[in-house]
Amino acid sequence: MTAAGHDVAIIGGGVVGCALAHELTRHRIDVTLLERATEVGFGTSKANSGIIHGGHHASPTTLKGRLEWIGNQRWGDLCDELGFGFARVGELTVALSEADLPTLDHLVEQAEAKGVPGVERWDRDRVLAAEPNLTTDVVAAVHGPTTAVINPYEACFGLAEQAVHQGLVLRTDCPVLGLARNGDTWVIRTPAGPVHARYVLNAAGVFADAVATMAGVGDFTIRPRKGEEYLLDKRLAGLVHRVIYPCPTPTTKGTLVIPTYDGTIMIGPTADLVDDPDDVTTSADGADRVLAAARRLVPGISDRDVIAQFAGVRAVLDSEDFLIGPTAAPGFVNVAGIQSPGLTAAPAIAELVVDLLRAQGLELAPAAGPAPPLPRPVHFASLPTEDQRALAERDPRYRRIVCRCEFVTEGEVLDAIDRGARTLDGLKFRTRTGMGRCQGGFCTSRCMELLAHDQGAPLSAVTKRGGGSWLVLERDEVQGPGPDTGGAP
Amino acid sequence: MIDARPHVLHDHYDVVVAGGGPAGLGAALAAREAGAERVLVVDRETEAGGILLQCIHAGFGLHHFGEELTGPEYAQRVLEAALDGGVDVLTDAYLLDVGADRAVKLLSGEHGVATLDTRAAVLAMGARERTRSAIRIPGERPAGVFTAGLAQRLVNLHGVLPGRRVAILGSGDIGLIMARRLTLEGVEVAGVFELLPHANGLTRNVVQCLHDFDIPLHLSTTVIGIDGRDRVERVTVAPVDDHRRPLPDRAWDVACDTLLVSVGLIPENELSRQLRLRLDPVTQGPVVTSAMETSRDGVFACGNVVHIHDLVDFVSAEATLAGHHAGLFAAGRHPRADNVRLQPATNVAYCVPHTISTEREHTVYLRVRNPLERCVLRLSTPDGVVVHERKLRYVVPPEMVNLRLRPAVLADFHGDALQVEVLAR
Amino acid sequence: MSDTETFSYLCIGCPLGCRLEVDADPAGDVVEVRGFSCRKGKTYAVQEHTDPRRLVTTTVAIDGARWPRLPVRTTGEVPKALVTEVCRALRGVRVSAPVRLGQVIVADVLGTGRDVIATCDAPAAART
Repeated sequence: MTAAGHDVAIIGGGVVGCALAHELTRHRIDVTLLERATEVGFGTSKANSGIIHGGHHASPTTLKGRLEWIGNQRWGDLCDELGFGFARVGELTVALSEADLPTLDHLVEQAEAKGVPGVERWDRDRVLAAEPNLTTDVVAAVHGPTTAVINPYEACFGLAEQAVHQGLVLRTDCPVLGLARNGDTWVIRTPAGPVHARYVLNAAGVFADAVATMAGVGDFTIRPRKGEEYLLDKRLAGLVHRVIYPCPTPTTKGTLVIPTYDGTIMIGPTADLVDDPDDVTTSADGADRVLAAARRLVPGISDRDVIAQFAGVRAVLDSEDFLIGPTAAPGFVNVAGIQSPGLTAAPAIAELVVDLLRAQGLELAPAAGPAPPLPRPVHFASLPTEDQRALAERDPRYRRIVCRCEFVTEGEVLDAIDRGARTLDGLKFRTRTGMGRCQGGFCTSRCMELLAHDQGAPLSAVTKRGGGSWLVLERDEVQGPGPDTGGAP
Repeated sequence: MIDARPHVLHDHYDVVVAGGGPAGLGAALAAREAGAERVLVVDRETEAGGILLQCIHAGFGLHHFGEELTGPEYAQRVLEAALDGGVDVLTDAYLLDVGADRAVKLLSGEHGVATLDTRAAVLAMGARERTRSAIRIPGERPAGVFTAGLAQRLVNLHGVLPGRRVAILGSGDIGLIMARRLTLEGVEVAGVFELLPHANGLTRNVVQCLHDFDIPLHLSTTVIGIDGRDRVERVTVAPVDDHRRPLPDRAWDVACDTLLVSVGLIPENELSRQLRLRLDPVTQGPVVTSAMETSRDGVFACGNVVHIHDLVDFVSAEATLAGHHAGLFAAGRHPRADNVRLQPATNVAYCVPHTISTEREHTVYLRVRNPLERCVLRLSTPDGVVVHERKLRYVVPPEMVNLRLRPAVLADFHGDALQVEVLAR
Repeated sequence: MSDTETFSYLCIGCPLGCRLEVDADPAGDVVEVRGFSCRKGKTYAVQEHTDPRRLVTTTVAIDGARWPRLPVRTTGEVPKALVTEVCRALRGVRVSAPVRLGQVIVADVLGTGRDVIATCDAPAAART
């Protein structure tokens, strides 16, 4: 840190903030990231559908439409660099009636206009041959080969870890309480004391309007739009091979059937305006709507297959577009309104913001030598037997299964802790412990033991996701101090 | 507990058993007694005994050992019997795969990745708990929602408590047992909420776990919402109508920091699916013959991996049968074929085994869908000719019905399918 | 009969769960039992009314074993009214591994004539 503080402070550690941090720390500047949660990606990002959209869904006349296609082309390399999973599975946007056909035509035209390759109309027979579990009501579809799936939380962890490796000062459990100018720097008030920076990037997601208000430029309103997602048992793996979209409406891409990177099927999301940006409740009504919509596309899906449910809140502006750019407050840059396709666009957003900062006068020399990529986390289950044997031989931590539904070894859990997992959810999203069909029934207590051991703390110190999300209490906390300890009654 | 690890892992076994709970240990011993030379039990925990080790309450063993034992006592007895009987027990190990040619791959804390082969295999992996998600309780996802079995493990083994004030969804035995357990540890239990119009656990547990401590049991009531951003702050409960649909107008809030979910068990069928065994959609476990053989030759199954038992004593009985036949199979003596399929009909959810022979004696376990008093268990041909009837004083879903069938009963029956019904008299 | 009082119990003998009624006189002596459908039920009703008893199962603290708790039980039933007190008394007990199944942890707990014993072996082990 220079005497004046950091060059850039990023507010918000979602995928946008993490991508900004990753891109900025490739340059010779001092960057910090402030995240209110205990780990990065714990807000909207982790509840994302995980789709890298093909590039042809959003109109080229919008900012999000331009950044969607650029972002799509960046993710493959990023995943190679950062070592998380990426699968270009392709997509089908499905017409269930003749009335939908003009929408399909429009998508193909839009792909041509944007230069997205390979987007073409498939007839019914070809669709059903490729996806035999789709409804026989399908009339035709548009196939897009560029669509991919990732685990959005893995993207956040990967980007943030590499950024830290490149010099990022990561501040978690660090909500922003206020913003003030002091000469040429911003003073960011946090519970851990003030943080100083020349430039502030407002990537606060659903709280971006509140943060802008703190900076005195609160001239927009974020309307939180909630999406509920439902994850199905992995024995349905292979039910669909491509991301299945219904024909979109003006405000939403509708309820999708998504083959996730992990091979499970996810259905969702809903799109409901909510008042509270922290409202991540799921609802019986939402479940019914998602299941009904998913069954219209893939009739074999049953409510008995649901193993997990969650919700996230999109940060939506009235313009329905991204808001990226400088403000009347010097050095305060908005990166706001990043709704769908925000995950897809994140790397392109980061590049755009680097250009913006340069235009603002920030000197951005590339770092002397690019930091070598961090070693990839081991995924024991997917190794060939001989590699498993060699690894287990070398390192006894890979001889014990912690999570049997997802087949995660103790070595992988300990590695995730080394890489920064501090909570049960942090482990879950890094290693998939507790994500399978038993939802942590068997591995939770072991994961808690390993976290507690690492932190040199009792089990009761371990949280689900930081803050007040405590998991268990010590007996004395409930019972009061025991009677004469050691004595027999 | 006794150090049960073998010092040598062999390349060839007669019988390999997946799971070291009462089912696996019982099957292993029976395989040895049937003549199998090398029998290996593989268990993922550092101590064999299975879920019984955390079931510190009494109520086990009256049928099998003729005395009432606690879970750990029962576990230690079956473990000692297996070890005394010459069974190898490999703990801290996980069975990764059983191949088509019964090549077994395992991951062991002691041996790393090991491959070996076996003549016969017994699946005895037990069950897992249904979760909050499986029953789709909407609302927030704060810390403080536990399955009852996980809470039991945290309290009885790890020695920590799940919260200060607890609501329990589901009146299955684990939920009832945990209501008492937590009360005795100074945790307040706000109430037990049961979707069905009757308790889902044994009457004894309703009396001794709830009535003894004045814990309210709300029947025909369910949890319709969970509140609390970081940690559970309250749950919303509502009565349900005759179709088990919640009535939100009559809902009320229960202040609590913890919700225990005790809504049933599901056979742990990961390995069964990997092996592409035929599964019963009701039990969600493998379809088995009267020798407890699955749809794959030489692969047997017993205990909660086949169907959820009410008493461990019956698990032990089933394990003995499975292990016996696995032991014989390893010596080249394949089980004799069955000639009759059992078809669950009126008020019968399922029957295990799924097939029987008219020439041998069997115990058939079945579960009813609805409680009945003064009823009759009827075996009949698919076109309705009654073959055998037995009067029962009562049937309830939480309690398995054990039907002992002797060849004499079926002497005049020559078909290949029998319907099993439980009807009011 | 106007001075007898009626008490209700739920029979635990079998899942039938008979609703038992016990009429008792002011001295507490049982005058009449109703609602049972077998002899065991009647016996249970009288026992439950005059001297209800329970087996106590809980855990005590243990050092040096795989887990920090050791499961224990009473060697027989104790008066129901003492169940909570027995558990409370055991909160202060701490033992050290190794412990063998059946080992007496507390003799004659609360003067009930029952011992508290370990219900499993707990060998000395490095906690992992």
